[in-house]
Amino acid sequence: MSDWDKGRRARAARIAAGARFAQGKRVDARDATALLEAVIQPGDRVCLEGDNQKQADLLAAALIAADPAVLHDLHMVQSGVVLPEHLDVFERGIARRLDYAYSGPQSQRIAKLLFGGRIELGAVHTYLELFARYFIDLTPQVALIAAVSADRNGNLYTGPNTEDTPTVVEATAFKDGVVIAQVGEIVDELPRVDIPGDQVHFVIDAGRPFFVEPLFTRDPGAITETQILTAMLALKGIYAPYGVRRLNHGIGFNTAAIELLLPTYGERLGLKGKVASHWALNPHPTLIPAIESGWVEQIHCFGSEVGMDAYIRARSDIYFTGADGSLRSNRAFCQTAGLYACDMFIGSTLQIDLAGHSSTVTTGRIAGFGGAPNMGSDARGRRHPSEPWIKAGAEADPGEKAALRRGRKLVVQIGETFGEKNTPMFVEKLDALELAEKLKLDLAPIMVYGDDVTHIVTEEGIANLLLCRDADEREQAIRGVAGYTDVGRARDKAFVQRLRERGVIRRPEDLGIDPLDADRRLLAARSVKDLVHWSGGLYAPPSKFRNW
Amino acid sequence: MEHLNYKHTARARATGEKKQALVGVVASGNLEVLVERVLPGNECEIDIRTAAEGFGEVWKEVVADFVGRRSPGGLKFSINDGGARPDTVALRLAQAARALEGDGT
Repeated sequence: MSDWDKGRRARAARIAAGARFAQGKRVDARDATALLEAVIQPGDRVCLEGDNQKQADLLAAALIAADPAVLHDLHMVQSGVVLPEHLDVFERGIARRLDYAYSGPQSQRIAKLLFGGRIELGAVHTYLELFARYFIDLTPQVALIAAVSADRNGNLYTGPNTEDTPTVVEATAFKDGVVIAQVGEIVDELPRVDIPGDQVHFVIDAGRPFFVEPLFTRDPGAITETQILTAMLALKGIYAPYGVRRLNHGIGFNTAAIELLLPTYGERLGLKGKVASHWALNPHPTLIPAIESGWVEQIHCFGSEVGMDAYIRARSDIYFTGADGSLRSNRAFCQTAGLYACDMFIGSTLQIDLAGHSSTVTTGRIAGFGGAPNMGSDARGRRHPSEPWIKAGAEADPGEKAALRRGRKLVVQIGETFGEKNTPMFVEKLDALELAEKLKLDLAPIMVYGDDVTHIVTEEGIANLLLCRDADEREQAIRGVAGYTDVGRARDKAFVQRLRERGVIRRPEDLGIDPLDADRRLLAARSVKDLVHWSGGLYAPPSKFRNW
Repeated sequence: MEHLNYKHTARARATGEKKQALVGVVASGNLEVLVERVLPGNECEIDIRTAAEGFGEVWKEVVADFVGRRSPGGLKFSINDGGARPDTVALRLAQAARALEGDGT
C-alpha cells in the first residue's frame, strides 16, 4: 500500500544511521567523517555548501577524509568549487559528477581535472539556475551547510552570511533529504532564527567560524587612471542619459572606480538622486563614500563582506537587517532581484569576441559564472516598465509600436582594451569555444551572450550595440572601441567613423570628457584607509588590506 | 632603450597660450610626457624613448590617431616610457595636449 513514502523512510534510515554518533542532533567534530559515512550513500547528490564567499569548510575536510570504499560516485551539486577540498573529493574517488556555478580560485585545477577526465561535468550554471535545478532535477539527498551558531533544537543563526543556506535547506529538507550543519558555537538563545530546527538533522560544533573570502573588497589604491576614464565614460554616457536608478555592479576595478566617482564626478554632473539609488549588491566597501554622501536609498545583498558588519548594522536604513541588527543576505532572492528589478548590470570580463559574446574562460582556466549570466541577461518575463528599460527597448527596435515593444535591460561590459599581463580583452575567437571543442561540451561556457550585451565601454569609448542594425555594424562597433588590440587595429576606419557620426560609438571627446579629470584625485577614496575614514571607523578591513 | 620619432602635420594649430606642460610619471607601466609649444605652423613631433622594444608599429598608430583626433599643431612631445600599455599612452597624450590648452575650454 504505502509505497508512496520511500523517500521519507530512506531519510528515517539515514537519520537512524547517523544517530549513533549524535546526542540529540549534536555530533562531535571528531565524528564528522563517521557521520558522513553513515548518512551519505554511494551515488548520492550532495550539496557541500560553499559559494564565492562562505564555506562549510569543516564539512569539506570531513568529507575528503571519508573512505572511498564506503563513499564513492557522489554527485556534487554546489554553488562553488572554491576550497582545495572541493576538488580533492574527485581526486580521492569519493565524488564523480559535478554540477556547479563558480570556481574562482580553483579555476586552473578544475580545468586540469576536467581535461584529465577525473570529473564528469554536468554543467556550469549561474547561481539562480543551479538553485532552480535543486527543486527540479538536482535535489540533494544530503546538504552539508554552514551557520554561525545553533541552539539545542538545531535552530540556526546564519548571521550576515546567510547567502545560499535557506535555498539549499529548503530543497533538501522538504524533499526527504538530510541536512547537516557545521556551526561556530552552540548557544542557549540565538540572536535570530534563520533556519528552523525542524529542517536540520545534525549539528556539528566546529568551535570556530566558517571560512569567508573577502571577494568584494577592491583597494582604491590599485585603481588606474585608465579605469577612472572608463568610469567617467560610463557615468556620463550611460548612467546619466538612461537615468539608471536600479542596478547591479560586478566586482572589478572599473565598477569600483564608478562607485568612488559618484560623490565627486557624479555630483558634478548633477546625478545625485537621479542614478544609482537602489541596488542588488554585496556590501562593497567602495560604495561607502556614496552611501555617506546620500546617494543610496537601499541595497539588497547576495552575501556579506568581511569587515562590513558593524557598518551595515549602523546603516539599517540602507541594508536589509534582522531583529538582531545584522545583515540578512540571501543569494537566491538577490539574484532574482538582479534579474527582474534592476535596469542595468555593469561588469568586467576577460574576453569579448566580434559578436559581443563574453567569457571569463581563458586557456587553462575555468572560472565558472557565479551570478553574472543572470545579472547580465535580459529578463524575458519582465513586464513592469521603467524609464531606462523603455528607452533601451526603443533604441533596439524603433519600428515597433511603443505599447507592444519589449524594454531592454542595460547589460554593460566595461574594461580596458588590454587586461592583466597585456592580454587583449577583444579576441577573434573565444578560448571558451576551444575549451568546448576539447571537452566535447554541447555549449561553450559563455558568460554573457552577445545578444544580451547592450553596451561595451573601454577607454576608447562606448559602443552602443542597441543601435546596431546588423552583424557588420555590430562587429565594427566592437572593433571601434577595441583600442590597439589586433581586433581594434583591424577596424574599417571609415565604417567606424560613420558609426561615430550616428552616435553608435561615442568617444570621450564626443561626451565632453576632459582627459585631465582621469586622475586619481577624482576618487572619493584613494586607499582602504580612506574608506575606513568615510565609514566613521565602522568599516574594519581584513588584515590583507591594511598597510598602516 | 628604443628611440622612436614621428613627425606629422596636424589639421590645426593647438589652442591656448601655455608654453609647456608635463603629465604622468616615469614608472613601470607608465610614462611621462613633456609637451612644448615650439614648432612652427601645424607641425607636430613626437619623440619617444621607451624601455619596451619592438612596439614601433603600435606607437605609430597610437601617435597617428592622437594627431588625427586632437590636432596638436605646433607642439613637440617628448616621451619617457616605462613600458606603458597603449591605452595609457593614448590617455597621457590626450592629457598633455589638454594641459597645454589651459583652463577655459
